[in-house]
Amino acid sequence: MAKFTEDDLKKELETKEYEYGFYTDIESDTFPVGLNEDIVRAISKKKEEPEWMTEWRLESFRYWKEMIEPEWANVHYEKPDFQNISYYSAPNKKPKYDSLDEVDPELLETFNKLGISLDEQKKLAGVAVDIVMDSVSVTTTFKDTLAKKGIIFCSISEAIKEHPELVKKYIGSVVPQKDNFYAALNSAVFSDGSFCYIPKGVRCPMELSTYFRINQAGTGQFERTLVIADEDSYVSYLEGCTAPMRDENQLHAAVVELVALDGAEIKYSTVQNWFPGSKDGKGGVFNFVTKRGLCEKNAKISWTQVETGSAVTWKYPSCILKGDNSIGEFYSIAVTNNFQQADTGTKMIHLGKNTKSTIISKGISAGKSQNSYRGLVQINSRAENARNFSQCDSLLMGNECGAHTFPYIEAKNKTAQVEHEATTSKIGEDQIFYCNQRGIDTEKAIALIVNGFSKEVLNKLPMEFAVEAQKLLEISLEGSVG
Amino acid sequence: MLHIKDLHASVEGKDILKGVDIDVNAGEVHAIMGPNGSGKSTLASVIAGKEEFELQKGEINFEGEDITELDPEERAHKGLFLSFQYPIEIPGVTVTNFIKTAINETRKAKGLDDMPASEMLKKIKEKADMLEIDRKFLSRSLNEGFSGGEKKRNEIFQLAMMEPKLAILDETDSGLDIDALKVVANGVNKLKSKDNAVIVITHYQRLLDYIIPDYVHVLMGGKIVKSGGKELAHELEERGYDWIKEELV
Repeated sequence: MAKFTEDDLKKELETKEYEYGFYTDIESDTFPVGLNEDIVRAISKKKEEPEWMTEWRLESFRYWKEMIEPEWANVHYEKPDFQNISYYSAPNKKPKYDSLDEVDPELLETFNKLGISLDEQKKLAGVAVDIVMDSVSVTTTFKDTLAKKGIIFCSISEAIKEHPELVKKYIGSVVPQKDNFYAALNSAVFSDGSFCYIPKGVRCPMELSTYFRINQAGTGQFERTLVIADEDSYVSYLEGCTAPMRDENQLHAAVVELVALDGAEIKYSTVQNWFPGSKDGKGGVFNFVTKRGLCEKNAKISWTQVETGSAVTWKYPSCILKGDNSIGEFYSIAVTNNFQQADTGTKMIHLGKNTKSTIISKGISAGKSQNSYRGLVQINSRAENARNFSQCDSLLMGNECGAHTFPYIEAKNKTAQVEHEATTSKIGEDQIFYCNQRGIDTEKAIALIVNGFSKEVLNKLPMEFAVEAQKLLEISLEGSVG
Repeated sequence: MLHIKDLHASVEGKDILKGVDIDVNAGEVHAIMGPNGSGKSTLASVIAGKEEFELQKGEINFEGEDITELDPEERAHKGLFLSFQYPIEIPGVTVTNFIKTAINETRKAKGLDDMPASEMLKKIKEKADMLEIDRKFLSRSLNEGFSGGEKKRNEIFQLAMMEPKLAILDETDSGLDIDALKVVANGVNKLKSKDNAVIVITHYQRLLDYIIPDYVHVLMGGKIVKSGGKELAHELEERGYDWIKEELV
């Protein structure tokens, strides 16, 4: 009788290769390794930045020099040598494209492999794509449509030059330069990223989407994203990434700041698929990200993330519920396999009255991976009638992985209501056999069970992203059944 | 359709089946009865291909093919269906989504395209009506929070949707009240044809008042110790199993 045991399942999972592992050979303009004030100045100069920005970077660098790497997360890795990283890399050929014909064919080939060619993207209804390829925005589409509504959607470098008043006012306002070690580093050396401004009362007519890729051996990627939703406006922002297969570790330390002014709503969705390392735990991306949003009165920020990649993830998209009646939401699926480690969760800081937050976290661990949820719910003394609901579910596959939950609750106001629920379950052989008996093979059965487990979060993603995310979950957890 | 010969199977080193012989032809209904622990559910699991059971000896031939080396899903694709005694919960996967996946995976294995959505919906409606299943039930997570009766009814719903050649009903009557039992039995009877067959595994004769068997087999100590017509079931109901034990001695 053919047998399929948990051991077989584990073996399958281990042999799964990184499906998007390929590397585009595009000539790059790369800085020598190392970091000092001259390098920071050089980055700023290279990007033709105004003096205030150069000073802001230098200030950040000086903070960073005095800081030490945080060690409290439940992750173990060899610390990057920050003097052995090149802090700037830009694709060489960067003309202003009038059509796709002018784009580097190799770049197009990369997008084709990813199934996200510009051609397809352009046709995709309602999606504007600002592609960040190795630090510099290569092309932006749909800009005109957005411009008619007064919406600004461009690279952060462009925004620094074209809209200095907005950038100056808001950059570092949610994530201060010295917030943490990686945020300080990012503030000093950020290469590029996206900027988005939605004017008062405007509802952004399409999902704004950015694809990030790390594409140069040995270069850290320091993205900086700033989204500002002015009063009573709405925007849905999608961030998705895949990275080429690589042997050495790559550092990724992004900062994302969201500002939702009175009555505004920002929906920020991420599908993250950085290279997770080989099945023996070699290589892979270190993903140390600071994401935070600020809600003014009656504003709402919703974070949805599907995390399947990276060797080490350290990430806590958070909401500061400053204004009365503001709402923060965090929906997360984190998948770890082989030797991946993830320490992720959120912080909900309730400052205003009648503020509400919801946290739904789904962790899926396979192989020898470690998956931790770490969340803080803080109710300030002035936050009358604050409400929080948290739910953390873990799904385990096999006997060698780990799932951990670290909820922190600080309530300083007696009217607060905070609820926390947590479950841990395991994909059982009985579940798989039941599916098998109905004609569903093991690979498909796992996909079905995992999708069912993740449904509450997948449902929060915009349609086209949900399909991609579902596919990613399957890729991350399945091997080809022999 | 199904020919089982001298079947021996064990689990974790313990021998459960010790030489089972059964022949089931198209158009027939067989009942397998026996006291607790006699190996009834093991027999169902071994036929369906559950891996934790070790087949030591014997043959399982289904539709002219030796299926002992086939994976459970391959057996299912050939038209074998097991209604579980304890159906499994799959949170977040709706009854509709599950059955749709099951049907389309089976079609895929046969080289067919997915069933068109309109046809699927029509079929779901038809079968749900037949089994008096509320439409809301179909959008609930599979077996999660279902009562015992709902779980069994859901098994028969899947049976109706899959239209297998051979259906094995493992203790389908347990957990059903008399009204639900009638609905379920009525559903099975409607699905019966000269081209398919049913094996009913049960502890009690109750279900056999509604699904009338052509043959009744008594499984005891891992072997079929007695076979007969439907009247054997009545005799077992009245006299229990002890007299058979005595007969064997």
